[in-house]
Amino acid sequence: MSNRPILSVNGVTKRFGGLVAVSDMSFDVGNHEMVGVIGPNGSGKTTMMNLISGALKPTSGRISMKGRRLSDLPAQKIAREGVGRTFQLVRLLPTLSVLENVMAGAVFGHRRRWGRDAEDFAHEMLERVGLDAMSHAPVSSLTYINQKRVELARVLAGEPKVLLLDEWLAGLNPTELETGIDLIHALRDEGRTVVLVEHVMDAIRSLCDRCVVMSSGAKIAEGTPDDVLSDREVIRAYLGDDDA
Amino acid sequence: MKPSGWGELAIAAFLVFLAVFVPFVTNGYWLSIAVTTMMYVALATSWALFSGPTHYISLATGAFFGIGGYLVGSMMSDYQLPFWVPLVVAPLVAAGLAFLIGIATLRLSGVYFVIFTLGLAEMIRNLISWIQNNFLGSRGLYVLTDLRDHHLYWMLLGVAAAVFLLGWVVNRSRLGFALRIIGNDETVARHVGINTAWAKVILFTTTGFFAALVGAIIAPRWSYIEPNQVFSPQLSFLVVIMALLGGAGRLWGPLVGVIPFTIIWEWVNVQFPNQSTLFLGLAFLLIVYVLPNGMVGRIEQLHARMGRGRS
Repeated sequence: MSNRPILSVNGVTKRFGGLVAVSDMSFDVGNHEMVGVIGPNGSGKTTMMNLISGALKPTSGRISMKGRRLSDLPAQKIAREGVGRTFQLVRLLPTLSVLENVMAGAVFGHRRRWGRDAEDFAHEMLERVGLDAMSHAPVSSLTYINQKRVELARVLAGEPKVLLLDEWLAGLNPTELETGIDLIHALRDEGRTVVLVEHVMDAIRSLCDRCVVMSSGAKIAEGTPDDVLSDREVIRAYLGDDDA
Repeated sequence: MKPSGWGELAIAAFLVFLAVFVPFVTNGYWLSIAVTTMMYVALATSWALFSGPTHYISLATGAFFGIGGYLVGSMMSDYQLPFWVPLVVAPLVAAGLAFLIGIATLRLSGVYFVIFTLGLAEMIRNLISWIQNNFLGSRGLYVLTDLRDHHLYWMLLGVAAAVFLLGWVVNRSRLGFALRIIGNDETVARHVGINTAWAKVILFTTTGFFAALVGAIIAPRWSYIEPNQVFSPQLSFLVVIMALLGGAGRLWGPLVGVIPFTIIWEWVNVQFPNQSTLFLGLAFLLIVYVLPNGMVGRIEQLHARMGRGRS
C-alpha cells in the first residue's frame, strides 16, 4: 500500500450462533485505492460488507475509518461518516421516482443537502451514471442495469469517502457488463476509494489495485490480482484439491 | 417538495374557513354528526401522519384517545379541576406514553407491531378499569361543562386544521422524506444515513398527542365517563378503516374517507345496532380488495389513465 489506510479492518470475527461467517479478518484500504474482496460462494464476502456498513455488528474486532472506530456505530451513523454501499440484490425505493431515489442519498448523506441543492446534485449524479434522461420515470419501468445505475447514483449522491460495491456487476448481460465495467473504471479514474465484492474475474483484473481473498470466512491471500489469482491456495479454494 | 404544495395549503385554508360556518347553518342531529365527523377527521389524519408513509399500522389510537377522555373525567370529577387543565395535561401524558412505547416497540415490524398496539390498548383499558374499580371507588366520572356541540365542533376543527398544517410542514421537510424512504425500505433508509428509530418515534408521539387531545375535547359530550367506554377498541379500527378508505398515502386522503364513512356508520348504527361490527368487517374486506390505495389512490389512477388517453 502506497499511503496511509483510510479504512482498516482489524481482527474482525462474526459468529451466527455456532457458525463463524467471518473469522479474524484484517485488511486495510488506502486512499484512492480500489480493493477487491473475492472468494468462492459462501466465503463471507457479503457478511464482510455488512460488517463494514453497519448492517451487522462484528462479534469481535475493530473496523475504523481514518482512526475513528466504526464498528460500534449504527448503520446510519456509519453512512454519515462517509461509507456508502450498494446491495447485492439491488434495493430501490419503489414508490419514489428515479430522481427522488437519488435524492435520498444526497439529503441524508454526510453533506445533508436539501431542496434545490439536493435536486441539482441528484441530477448531476444521474448524469454521472448516464441516466439523467429518466429522472422522472417510476423505478418499476427501469431495466436491471438501469436500476443498478440508480442505486449507484444514490450512493454517489451521499458523497461517500469509501464506496462499497457488493457484486455490482452480477446479473448483467455481456453488453451491460461492458458498460458496467466502464462505469466503475470511471469511478477509479476519479480517485475514489472503493471496496468491491466481485465474481467477474476480468473486472477484478482490470479494476482492482489489490485483492483480498476469502475462503470459509478467513483471509487466505492478499496482493495484486495477478499474484493472488495464481496463488496455489486460492486456486485450491476455488477449484478443490485436485486442480491445485 | 412539489411546487403544488402552496395550492394544497390554500385549498385547505378555504375548506377550514367554510367549515367554520357549519354550526350556523345546522343544529341538532346534523351538527352532532358534524362533531363526530370532525373528531374522526382529526384522528384519522393524525393517524395517517405516522402510518401513511411508514406503513406501520397502529391500533393504539383508542388507548391515547381514552387517556384524553379518562383524564378529563378523573380530573374534573375527582379533583374538581377546570376543563382546560386535563385538556393541556392529557395530550402531554399520552405523548409521553407514546414516546416510551415508540422506543420500546418500533423495532417490531409488520404484523408484530399491529398486534402489539392492539394488545397495548386493551391492557391500558383493563388496567385503568381495574384501578378505577379497586382504588378510586367505582363511582362514575361526571364531566359537566357549559360546552355545547358547536363549541366542541370548533375546537375539533381547530385541532384538525393544526394536524393538517403540521402534516403539510412535515411532508415538505427532511423528516417527511425520511418517512417515505422508511416506508419503502428501512434497510436502505438506515444506509443512506436516516436515524429511522427517531423519525418513527417522533411521528408516533405526535399521533398519540393528537388522539388524546381529541379524546379530551370530546369528553364533555358524554357527561358521564367510564373507562370501558372511552378506551374503545372499535375506535382504533374505525380510524384505520376511514383512513384506508380515503387513502393514507396523501395528507387529505383520510378526510375523503371520513366524511362518507361517518354518515354511513351513523345510519348503520341506527338501522342495525346489533350488526354494526359485521358491517365494520365487511367494510374492511371491501377496502382491502377493491380500494387497496383508498379512494384517493383510485382517483389518481383514473386521472393518470385519462391523461394517457389524451396524449
